[in-house]
Amino acid sequence: MNTAKTLDATGLACPMPIVKTKKAIKDIEVGEVLEVQATDQGAKSDLAAWTKSSGHELIETDESSEVLKFWIKKGE
Amino acid sequence: MSLHAMKASELAKKVVNKENLFILDVRNDDAFEDWKIEGENFEYKNVPYFDLIDGVEEILDDLPKDKEILVVCAKEGSSVMVGEMLAEEGLDVSYLEGGMKAWSEHLAPVKISDLKNGGELYQFVRLGKGCLSYMVLSGGEAAVIDANRMTSIYTDFANEKGVTINHTMDTHLHADHISGGRALAEETGGSYWLPPKDATGVTFEYQPLEDGNTIKVGDTNIDIQALYSPGHTIGSTSFVVDEQYLMTGDILFIDSIGRPDLAGKADDWVGDLRTTLYERYQKLSENLIVLPAHYMILDELNDDGSVQEKLSVLYEQNHGLNIENEDEFRRTVTENLPPQPNAYQEIRETNMGQISPDGEKKREMEIGPNRCAVR
Repeated sequence: MNTAKTLDATGLACPMPIVKTKKAIKDIEVGEVLEVQATDQGAKSDLAAWTKSSGHELIETDESSEVLKFWIKKGE
Repeated sequence: MSLHAMKASELAKKVVNKENLFILDVRNDDAFEDWKIEGENFEYKNVPYFDLIDGVEEILDDLPKDKEILVVCAKEGSSVMVGEMLAEEGLDVSYLEGGMKAWSEHLAPVKISDLKNGGELYQFVRLGKGCLSYMVLSGGEAAVIDANRMTSIYTDFANEKGVTINHTMDTHLHADHISGGRALAEETGGSYWLPPKDATGVTFEYQPLEDGNTIKVGDTNIDIQALYSPGHTIGSTSFVVDEQYLMTGDILFIDSIGRPDLAGKADDWVGDLRTTLYERYQKLSENLIVLPAHYMILDELNDDGSVQEKLSVLYEQNHGLNIENEDEFRRTVTENLPPQPNAYQEIRETNMGQISPDGEKKREMEIGPNRCAVR
């Protein structure tokens, strides 16, 4: 996948993965994709809920390894 | 103003004492709707923490000025962040130490009664999940029934009381929480008893709990009599303790009855459930005090924080015991059931010893209410 930026939020506990994601997404353009890596299990439901409420799109998640990966497409 | 930490034990007192509290729950909407801290005089506002990262100004007007405010999240981190922001705005607020996970794991003993010959009976109330477990003490020994995963609570209590836990038993294979029965027996060198019909998939040694078994606690002989009472599961077994108390497991609750579907056999077990509730229990003394393994709603909690009621009162007041028509009973317990408990299959596999998740995973699996009943 074509990612504009990758955020390493591994080892961080809630709320930091979302706080950092929120900052990082400001650095990319609308339509571009941010990859977020996290180890906090809570990130799964929180990123899903946050993207929904903030107008971004969670286009893919990979939960197959210990480091969870999320791809978020920036919305308007 | 400042931010304070509130322990789950302090919060538990507020629930039991019916105190006023305003809970600002900063988890996702879904998580809040699924499961929250219940209190008779609690008020709630749910705003996900990620909507508050840039500031809390928008919610300040919605927060009470004359009520204690507690900020709650899943583990603690987000509630501290939001709590600090509110403190900076001049509010005096608390956050729940350890979040909903600590709330889920909190349990505390309530004395039910003295038993004959100096014995005692305690109920351990787990408010966050509505799980009830029991310790029967007599003559320096103890038995624990339907132990939760947090075994240190029972061993600490036993040490405090100067008793040795010789027996742990589960009324059935639990689907809503991870049993501490086996771990507790291993720690204390006691025996772990399980109904064999619920134990066909277990990977460990256990003592078979069968109808008519009598387990003695202490040299003063408090009897725990096993009474086969299928319906919630095929092996479900009740206990009569000291001829006075009926531990019903997940078969009969104070305001509801057990659901027969958590092991995937609703249609097969509905007949057993009816026979147990409408025939087996009917034959017992109506003066027995019912002690269930769960409660679902706050109304079931007595003023002293215990959950108990006379069997005769339940036959008058519990809707599940007053459905005369068999077809209607069948429909009630098999249709329109509430959602199944979180991760109930994995919880059953864990309780059978088939999988061994780590501590954090176990905590995740137990998130949410118990949902073992139908009303």
